[in-house]
Amino acid sequence: MLDKNGIAQRIAKEVKDGYYVNLGIGIPTLVANYVRDDIQVEFQSENGILGMGPFPIKGEEDPDLINAGKQTITALPGASFFDSAMSFGMIRGQHVDLTILGAMEVAQNGDIASWKIPGKLVKGMGGAMDLVGSAKNIIVAMTHMNKYGDSKLLKRCNLPLTGVQCVKTIVTDMAVLKVTEEGFKLMERAPGVSVEEIKKATEGTLIVEGDIPEMKL
Amino acid sequence: MIKKTVANVEEALEGVEDNMTLMLGGFGLCGIPENSIAELVKRNVQNLTCISNNAGVDDFGLGLLLKQKQIKKMIASYVGENAEFERQMLSGEMEVELTPQGTLAAKCQAAQQGYPAIYTPAGYGTEVALNKETRMFDGKMYVMEHAYKADFAFIKAWKGDEAGNLIFNGTARNFNPIMCGAAKITVVEVEELVKPGKLDPNQIHIPGIFVQRIFQGKDYEKRIEQLTVREA
Repeated sequence: MLDKNGIAQRIAKEVKDGYYVNLGIGIPTLVANYVRDDIQVEFQSENGILGMGPFPIKGEEDPDLINAGKQTITALPGASFFDSAMSFGMIRGQHVDLTILGAMEVAQNGDIASWKIPGKLVKGMGGAMDLVGSAKNIIVAMTHMNKYGDSKLLKRCNLPLTGVQCVKTIVTDMAVLKVTEEGFKLMERAPGVSVEEIKKATEGTLIVEGDIPEMKL
Repeated sequence: MIKKTVANVEEALEGVEDNMTLMLGGFGLCGIPENSIAELVKRNVQNLTCISNNAGVDDFGLGLLLKQKQIKKMIASYVGENAEFERQMLSGEMEVELTPQGTLAAKCQAAQQGYPAIYTPAGYGTEVALNKETRMFDGKMYVMEHAYKADFAFIKAWKGDEAGNLIFNGTARNFNPIMCGAAKITVVEVEELVKPGKLDPNQIHIPGIFVQRIFQGKDYEKRIEQLTVREA
């Protein structure tokens, strides 16, 4: 089984040279730490920056320079700032190549639920609905099961949806899966995790074809 | 040149009344109109509808208006940083309309630019699209969203001149430029108010035509919500 950093490390391999990438809050934010440094990648934060850099050195933080998680950040050489309409224009207009975000549930048709648990406190969807509604390529980073041991990879989502038929790839602590018309196609196993264990942890239809390789991190 | 300057925040908020709809710039506490919010608190106007991406924190930003129960309805994309907000939302004292962030931006910009409505894919197939017109373009489904209608927009800019031309700083830009001219009256506070000619026309982010009142702000706190740093 992978920890959060392991999931981020595996997803980082999907980030290709020349990509503009939007990272969600949580595990996705960690992906930036593992992207190869011999490729050119720019990170977008939807509050209005392209070319987001690491956290500032202590004492150099600027209240006018934050990411969508409201954390203080830096701008790398070549960065740009813009307003929220232009930012979502980049997203809606499919100029951002890859969106990586977390989820509470994913259905085998690519539906995603990530913003609301009825009866519990609702904080809002932020930019998630815009991101999943338009992105060309969406990777979900999440644990395979919730804290009660229930599968988060389902036939149909139970929770209110964030978007429909949009998720392409899911990287969990147990596996890499692709959304296909027939169901979740198992691509890779996490180190030390068997196909049987993944089957047991997946409520939706799981397609296993041939030998499933172990992930290389 | 058409002069937009007013003497102070009191004059800038002339005409703000109970039951009005207000737009407020900012993302979290970044780029919020601190002076105008303080004056709204002082005037204690009631039953406000506020359109803003977030709702501040308990003791700053829009949280100050919440504390005095001045907000009847909040339109925002994310409201997770404020305990008093949660309390008023769960008790039903305040109505909340959660809107996808890009849709919120588009509805402001549509108001600014004279579009009655826009189509967006955000929220299609979710509860956000309930009871809204949907339509297919090129095989993809979209939701129709109306432009906002607001009485006042409260904006924070970095620099501005007496003609109302504005320049923003860093990610404090966010919703501020697209709310300019999106309400009947746009009120701008700036960190530095300069004479006409002092700003390079090539560098202006928002032309003064979108601004009715501009004033020199003061005593900016510029609070940081999540201080994240690394060691040198």
